[in-house]
Amino acid sequence: MSIDTSKVATSNSSAAVAKKPGRAGVVANWADERLGLATAMKKNLRKVFPDHWSFMLGEIALWSFVVLLLSGVFLTLWFNPSMGEIHYEGSYDQLRGVAMSEAYASSLELSFDVRGGLLMRQMHHWAAMLFIASMMIHLLRVFFTGAHRKPREMNWVIGCLLLILGTLEGFTGYSLPDDLLSGTGVRAADGFMKSIPVIGTYMSFFLFGGEFPGDAIIPRLYTIHILLIPGLLLALIAAHMLLLVYHKHTQWPGPGRTEQNVVGFPMLPVYAAKAGGFFFIVFGVSALMGGLLTINPVWKFGPYDPTKVTAGSQPDWYMGWPDGALRIMPGWESEFWGTTWSWNVFLPIIVLPGLMFTILLLLPFLEAWITGDKREHHLLQRPRNAPTRTALMVALMTFYGLMWAAGGNDIIAIKLHLSINQITYFMRAAVFLGPVLAFMITRRWCISLQRQDNEKLLHGYETGVIMRSPEGGYSERHLPIDTAKAYALTARDRDEASYVPVGTGGGTDANGIPAPVGRMSGLRGKLQTLWFADNVQKPTAAELEEAHHHAEHEAHELEGVSTDGHQLDGHHAVADEPLRRDH
Amino acid sequence: MTDARDHESHENDPHEGESSQNLPDNPAGSAGAVPESAEPIADPGLPAHAWRPADVDPAHEKRAERQVAGMFGLSAVCVILFLVAYFTLDIGDDHDTVGGLGASTVALGTTFGLALLLIGIGIIQWARKLMGDHEISELRHPARSSDDDRKATLAALNAGLEESGIGRRPLVRNSLLGAVGLLGLPAVVLLRDLGPLPGDVEDDQEYPGAGLERTVWTKGMRVVRDVVGTPIRAADLEIGDLVNAVPEAFFEVDEEGEHLIEGIELQIAKSKAAVIVVRMEPDEIIPGDGRDNWSVDGVLCYSKICTHVGCPISLYERTTHHVLCPCHQSTFDLADSARVVFGPAARPLPQLPLAVDDEGYLVATSDFLEPVGPSYWERG
Ligand code: HEM
Ligand code: FES
Repeated sequence: MSIDTSKVATSNSSAAVAKKPGRAGVVANWADERLGLATAMKKNLRKVFPDHWSFMLGEIALWSFVVLLLSGVFLTLWFNPSMGEIHYEGSYDQLRGVAMSEAYASSLELSFDVRGGLLMRQMHHWAAMLFIASMMIHLLRVFFTGAHRKPREMNWVIGCLLLILGTLEGFTGYSLPDDLLSGTGVRAADGFMKSIPVIGTYMSFFLFGGEFPGDAIIPRLYTIHILLIPGLLLALIAAHMLLLVYHKHTQWPGPGRTEQNVVGFPMLPVYAAKAGGFFFIVFGVSALMGGLLTINPVWKFGPYDPTKVTAGSQPDWYMGWPDGALRIMPGWESEFWGTTWSWNVFLPIIVLPGLMFTILLLLPFLEAWITGDKREHHLLQRPRNAPTRTALMVALMTFYGLMWAAGGNDIIAIKLHLSINQITYFMRAAVFLGPVLAFMITRRWCISLQRQDNEKLLHGYETGVIMRSPEGGYSERHLPIDTAKAYALTARDRDEASYVPVGTGGGTDANGIPAPVGRMSGLRGKLQTLWFADNVQKPTAAELEEAHHHAEHEAHELEGVSTDGHQLDGHHAVADEPLRRDH
Repeated sequence: MTDARDHESHENDPHEGESSQNLPDNPAGSAGAVPESAEPIADPGLPAHAWRPADVDPAHEKRAERQVAGMFGLSAVCVILFLVAYFTLDIGDDHDTVGGLGASTVALGTTFGLALLLIGIGIIQWARKLMGDHEISELRHPARSSDDDRKATLAALNAGLEESGIGRRPLVRNSLLGAVGLLGLPAVVLLRDLGPLPGDVEDDQEYPGAGLERTVWTKGMRVVRDVVGTPIRAADLEIGDLVNAVPEAFFEVDEEGEHLIEGIELQIAKSKAAVIVVRMEPDEIIPGDGRDNWSVDGVLCYSKICTHVGCPISLYERTTHHVLCPCHQSTFDLADSARVVFGPAARPLPQLPLAVDDEGYLVATSDFLEPVGPSYWERG
């Protein structure tokens, strides 16, 4: 390169200039003599963090949690978590004189009589949406790229706990204002609890301090919302970050990036600046949303009244999928010996979410058990390179999506002019068939993408240039992809080599000891076979050699063509360039 | 997380010069178990560092510097505008001047948001354009501790346990375990007063209609219109009408004009006693067993509380006599004892038996004969 690097910017070249210890030095010395900071920070200040856009998803979750803490504390200064009845006398005309709880009245006060109060309420609610949505997408990123594998399983578990706690935190939060919409949600929650066999009625009476609605639920939800769950979230987030630092972040494979190293920018300054800057961006976006986009206009719903309901009552979107399950469930109920089993409520709203959450929590362990893979993994996988895993998650997503859509069956019915009965019957079948279909399609799709990758490696990429052979046949000109790209494509494990077949009759484990053949290991062997079935492996060195040899031969035949690949790679206009040079 | 083994890490010193910067740690780039020979392409190593315009061109550098400082400056301007908006714009009276939101909310949100965004974008621009951009590489270590560490830890643990004598003194150990285990009991028992037991609520009758199996309806209580409280004559209703109604008790006052049921007691009472009153052609009614005289001139009364999870039902279609619950679309046929015709609810809406009093107004002849609202374990 002909760049004059003698003049490079100071930040990129000059060594740190030793200065006399100034005031900062004195303070640092004071602190270090007491806290030993230098030793603690020595390694971490320049800790390496790899860069990729998808690594920001977790960061959005982290920063929106900070925004929630800040805006939440502001709200507590005015919000009054009491169900005591008062007559509203604030600025909002339409409700003046109406009897309501103090909780609802103080939400109105925050909205209409505290400057910036509505901004903070809306920021808080939007940040909650960001928090939960980014956690979900972050979880998908982790799973699709295989970042949940050893040694990071515990961080997966913590992440799942964060997601469920975040959801509960959101539910308790939007129940606080005690408006008609949220009261309807609490009413439903009472029905959910009562459906639990044996203890349900007691749970309801203990939570509500007697019969629904009582006067205890809002203060109790308040304690849960501002103390209990935030405390748990904070502790879990701290554990999540500590483990992240300990394991060091995963990275995408590429030239110089291996299982043994981590390549990227140092914590100080680049990563700290980018992450810190990103905090301000998340904060700023929440503020803009809070200022410009109405969310949860509680004043329009009115105070909670058990005899009233707003048409099209919908919970916050993240509670939508169990609501969908609840809607499409047939109305089954049985009575035995004077007891009532409300299958129609208990199964979709208590059992199903519990089951789904357990499956989510166990996914890394399930996968490791099936594949028998006990190695540490620090290089990410492209989703296509783990077709069964990818398909499994897409199937789960499809299930989630269909349930979520079922939660809006009334809206779909109105918008599409369909009968709600037809939608319900359709959904009942779709939630079972859809995931299976999605699984099969995704798996095949991944495998064909794997083939395409191998094509690229073996025969290069399609240039779009059509050649005519002397015999009159047409063919497309392929050019080899560059080494860095090719290397990245091949930097993945071969599936067969990565696991030890277990229990498939006379197999041996890693130590050469015959593997036990039991019923479980038989099942496991079958699952293992299915897990890897039809996966496409990267070419061997010999295959690549052979293919390149062939390509050279072909190139030879087309002698005379401009062989500067870049002319043909589609990034340059070739229209005016003579393809054949005149000899 | 300051791990002694981190000392091995060979973070490249960015000042050492280009060449060392780009050496891969492991030129074969192998992935653990796979033999290197099987790798089709050898790891080409980290690509060379490319200088950015701002690294080599002072003019570029200056421009980037000005951009970043400019953003920080603009952010400060936004904060000033925020203060101006806070002190000048009214809230309360004009809370929907801009797109349904108050001018104050919009102005505060915009200025605050921009102030934050400009700082964030400025810092990131600084990092991208002006901060050193050498990628560095650090070695990883297995998450597990080294065998030596494991041994040392086990030895320390064993020494500690040995000295405590916990293994040798099962009496001490077991009595401690028992005592600590029992501490769980206070933790659980202390929660007992979170709420009364369902049966106690029913027995104590601390407020009218207390208990899951009761409501405030009693024999002879008038059925009155919701909100206004006027009693209803059968003749007031047209065929096909549906009115929301409540027990007259909700509107009763004592000598001082105080409501007899108010506040939380009223909320509890409402959550069980709200009803709907419909009128249809008497011959359209399919009377349930023993319900032949529960209606008055085609007027029927049902609980308004959905038997699914308790939403108040609301939408009535007069031609089919179906009511729909807006929460999960359970549909009940009011002509046929409120049988469930569609949706997730399992039980019909409880029916309130009606009669007329001396003045011709609709009254209940008793409380509901079954619990209203969602099913529960003890309901039977
Ligand atoms: C960590 C996750 C959190 C989530 C997901 C969350 C979510 C929510 C939601 C959705 C609301 C309803 C907002 C509305 O009125 O539209 C709410 C209300 C509220 N939150 Fe949070 N919140 C969180 C943390 C906190 C914290 C840490 C505090 C206080 C320390 C807090 C204090 C409040 C208060 C006082 C309200 C009631 C304000 C009102 O609606 O008038 N929240 N929360
Ligand atoms: S509450 Fe009525 S259908 Fe669910």
